[in-house]
Amino acid sequence: MMKLEAIIQPSRFDSVKDALLEIGIEGMTITEVRGHGRQKGHTEVYRGREYTVDLLPKIKLEIVLADALVNRAVETILKTAKTGKIGDGKIFLSRIDDAIRIRNEDRGENAL
Amino acid sequence: MKRLGVLCCCLLFLSLLPVPRLHAQQTPAAGTASQETPKAITERLNQLDQKVAQAQSSADNAWMLVSAALVLMMTGPGLALFYGGLVRHKNILAIMMQSFALMALITVLWALVGYSLAFGGDGPVIGNFAHAFLRGVGADPNPDYAGTIPQTTFMVYQLMFAIITPALITGATAERMKFSGTVLFMTLWFFVVYAPMAHMVWGKGGLLNASLGGKFPTLDFAGGTVVHITSGVSALVCALYMGKRVGYPKQPMPPHNLVLSFIGACLLWVGWFGFNAGSALASNSLASSAFVATHFGAAAAALSWSLAEWMKNGRASALGAISGSVAGLVAITPAAGFVGPMPALVIGFVAGIVCFLMVTRFKAIFGYDDSLDAFGVHGAGGTIGALLTGVFARAIYNPIYGAENGVNRPTGGLDGHWIQVGYQLVGVAFAWLFAVVGTIVILKVVDVVTGVRVTQDQEVEGLDITQHGEEAYNLES
Repeated sequence: MMKLEAIIQPSRFDSVKDALLEIGIEGMTITEVRGHGRQKGHTEVYRGREYTVDLLPKIKLEIVLADALVNRAVETILKTAKTGKIGDGKIFLSRIDDAIRIRNEDRGENAL
Repeated sequence: MKRLGVLCCCLLFLSLLPVPRLHAQQTPAAGTASQETPKAITERLNQLDQKVAQAQSSADNAWMLVSAALVLMMTGPGLALFYGGLVRHKNILAIMMQSFALMALITVLWALVGYSLAFGGDGPVIGNFAHAFLRGVGADPNPDYAGTIPQTTFMVYQLMFAIITPALITGATAERMKFSGTVLFMTLWFFVVYAPMAHMVWGKGGLLNASLGGKFPTLDFAGGTVVHITSGVSALVCALYMGKRVGYPKQPMPPHNLVLSFIGACLLWVGWFGFNAGSALASNSLASSAFVATHFGAAAAALSWSLAEWMKNGRASALGAISGSVAGLVAITPAAGFVGPMPALVIGFVAGIVCFLMVTRFKAIFGYDDSLDAFGVHGAGGTIGALLTGVFARAIYNPIYGAENGVNRPTGGLDGHWIQVGYQLVGVAFAWLFAVVGTIVILKVVDVVTGVRVTQDQEVEGLDITQHGEEAYNLES
């Protein structure tokens, strides 16, 4: 089992979600986050003083997947989340030790 | 075409019908006139006079009560929202609470002794206790102040001014003043600064009273000196005394909700019609003139501030536009009932530019932390407005100095009475003096009794939680 964390542009989120649904991935957790990599922010002016707002809004998706689905999920996200500009985001993959469904206490890939 | 023809026929028919009399007979029937004794006629004329006076009083009173409500609305929610939106979200309740607390506190002080100290007696600097507990204040007009409305109305109208004036100061102390300190400060400030200033400019016998023969007659229609200069300058003194907020100026502290500020500013603009036009104390052409001047001043200032910002930053901001309108309203406040519509535009235009520079350049150069620009807008705007009032005042709008041999005495520069600018300077100087000295003394006292500034930890955590135990936005619940 792998955990896939993707930080993407908020404007691309709907396309990514729909595309993941199409390849059979239904479970996901979404958080609205702020951050930046190398992307510059924008300048605001308040009472004549300029300052840079460099924490930009992004969407973070967290999905735990069976190993077999990981590659397809990554490809799908890459295809739909990409705009080609700096600020598109990143995908991180990590191993998950176990998953348990709370309702009926299923374990392992059955719980996904 | 056919329908048009039918319509014309109907109108023609209706126009030929006899019209019932909708107004009462104004001429007595021919038969009675010759039988009335001179005494009866005099009696009837007296009654007619009374009824006319009553009608005038009703009209004036209706307008004045509405004006009083409008001015209260300027504090709550006008100012509360305007300031509230400009602070960080952890401090919004605190600043709103300060305005609201004043609505309650000043009302009680005014009722007990405030009105009497401001408008009682005929001393040069302060009133007396003749009207303490509102003794003698009832349905009868006070002929010195507003001869056609119940004194109760006049009293409650003036109360609303007394409420909003200290509330303006909270703009400079925002995000770092203790609530207990605020309450004590405002109570003392009301007695030491507001009441004397109100009495000197508007009270009978006041040194600066233009309409009641003061020694240095200052033209201040609705409170440029009494309200804006006193509060604005006191705000500056407070800001300097308390020091800068933690993180200022490096850390950006933009408004957390400009939508609230926008709503507040619009409420202020509309409410200001009560503030300025209501200062005519009657429903007459002077009120109309003041209403128009107020509106024009606001509009011109919003434009000029936006223009200045556009030229400096390349864009006009919403915050700039609303700040500009407030600056214009402040500047036109002393002038509203003395100047014409065109000078009102000029005063507004100038105020927008001057206050913009005060808030962006002057503040940055001297580095003080006037959090919400109470001094930059009210102190500076009020000063500029008061001086320009001396320039543009004309007796044709308000012959405040009465008439001599049937000719109105000149009021301001445009009438050739340029010495008025000198008198305005005196009034402005008094306002600055009372504000500076009074505020320094009061701050020292408050610091000893309750403390003025919150601790650094409290400031970082936020005033809502630390001073009031509340959070404004519980979005998860």
